[in-house]
Amino acid sequence: MMNNPIGRITQGQFSFLPDLTDEEISAQIQYGLDKGYAWSVEYTDDPHPRNTYWDMFGHPMFDLRDAAGVLLEVNNCRKTFPQHYIRLMAFDSTRGVESIVMSFIVNRPADEPGFSLQRQEVNGRSMRYTTRGYGADKPEGGRY
Amino acid sequence: MSENVDLQALLQESNVTSVLEQLDRELIGLTPVKRRIREIAAFLLVTKARQQLGLEADPPSLHMCFTGNPGTGKTTVAMRMAEILHRLGYVRKGHVIAVTRDDLVGQYIGHTAPKTKEILKKAMGGVLFIDEAYYLYRPENERDYGQEAIEILLQVMENQRDDLVVILAGYADRMKTFFGSNPGMASRIAHNLDFPDYAPQELLQIAEMMLERQHYQLSPDAKVALQEYIEKRLKQPNFANARSIRNALDRARLRHANRLFEQAEQGQQLTADDFREIGEADLRASRVFDQDDEAGAPS
Repeated sequence: MMNNPIGRITQGQFSFLPDLTDEEISAQIQYGLDKGYAWSVEYTDDPHPRNTYWDMFGHPMFDLRDAAGVLLEVNNCRKTFPQHYIRLMAFDSTRGVESIVMSFIVNRPADEPGFSLQRQEVNGRSMRYTTRGYGADKPEGGRY
Repeated sequence: MSENVDLQALLQESNVTSVLEQLDRELIGLTPVKRRIREIAAFLLVTKARQQLGLEADPPSLHMCFTGNPGTGKTTVAMRMAEILHRLGYVRKGHVIAVTRDDLVGQYIGHTAPKTKEILKKAMGGVLFIDEAYYLYRPENERDYGQEAIEILLQVMENQRDDLVVILAGYADRMKTFFGSNPGMASRIAHNLDFPDYAPQELLQIAEMMLERQHYQLSPDAKVALQEYIEKRLKQPNFANARSIRNALDRARLRHANRLFEQAEQGQQLTADDFREIGEADLRASRVFDQDDEAGAPS
């Protein structure tokens, strides 16, 4: 595969690295908590790059002090959706920022087929491009 | 590996002595509690030293139960305990999350688990202080959701012992019934601390310390009045040890302020001492003195 030599979806931070261990994830979580971010866990089985809204796994976690609490929820989600993409996101509520400041994938399916590029010829020589996940043909829940 | 462990250095490094000293200084009475805390601190320190020597042992279970009447300092000691555990490295953050039944138990099916888990997540790395823990278990209602909260608690207390410490608190006799019907809980509690009631003399000391902290002082007559007040108040119902004393002092401050206000209205010059000193009249005006040993709601 030329466009995706590692055969993995690369979204968010650390996605070109090998999967983070739980200790490394904890360290990232703790970094965010120390900065006052609120972590949340989200999952999906449709990792299309334009699919920005994944499903929430529980509420965003405000007022936490220690990474163990967030990791507990991550492990819960992994147990519930072992073959889904799961990401952790940190929300910074500072006035003027008020948005997601960290986001990385913490769980992915064993086999990631990636996306196909579909070309459509229109109006003479113009081209239109569409990316489509190979898994997206199957119904939700049965994709990976 | 060196065969000598410098316990002194460990002690210094953890800085735990200063917390223990602060505990001694700021908490009047409570000798058995202080002794027990000292024992726990020593045990944890020695466990740490043993680990450095490579003497493996199971990590100590740290969940505790504080029993005692209201106002005997359970919450205050829990805060100090969190600090001690933090300094010794047994909890990572050392914060205290104080909750009661309402914070853990939901109102309908499926509400309890997320609620309890949310609190547990907040308490991770610190101490979860459950006040009046026996309310979690309501034997008269078999469909009560409290049982669900207890089960989640037990699971976390067992599996994530390094992540948080749970402290249960409440009256001694009701706590006993609670443990009687929840043997799983009882077996996971390693330390039971019993908080005795304060003696009248200790209560007076506490009162003086509270006032000192707020930069008030008692006139000699007021001190006698307060002593009498404490003795009378002790015999009345709903006496909540240090909390009752604090409330009494708050009311005395109210009367003190009112007295100064009236004096100023009458055109009297007030000195700095007037503002500082709580007089006999401020205390004697309490309704406790009218009631002369008959039972009734105190003011």
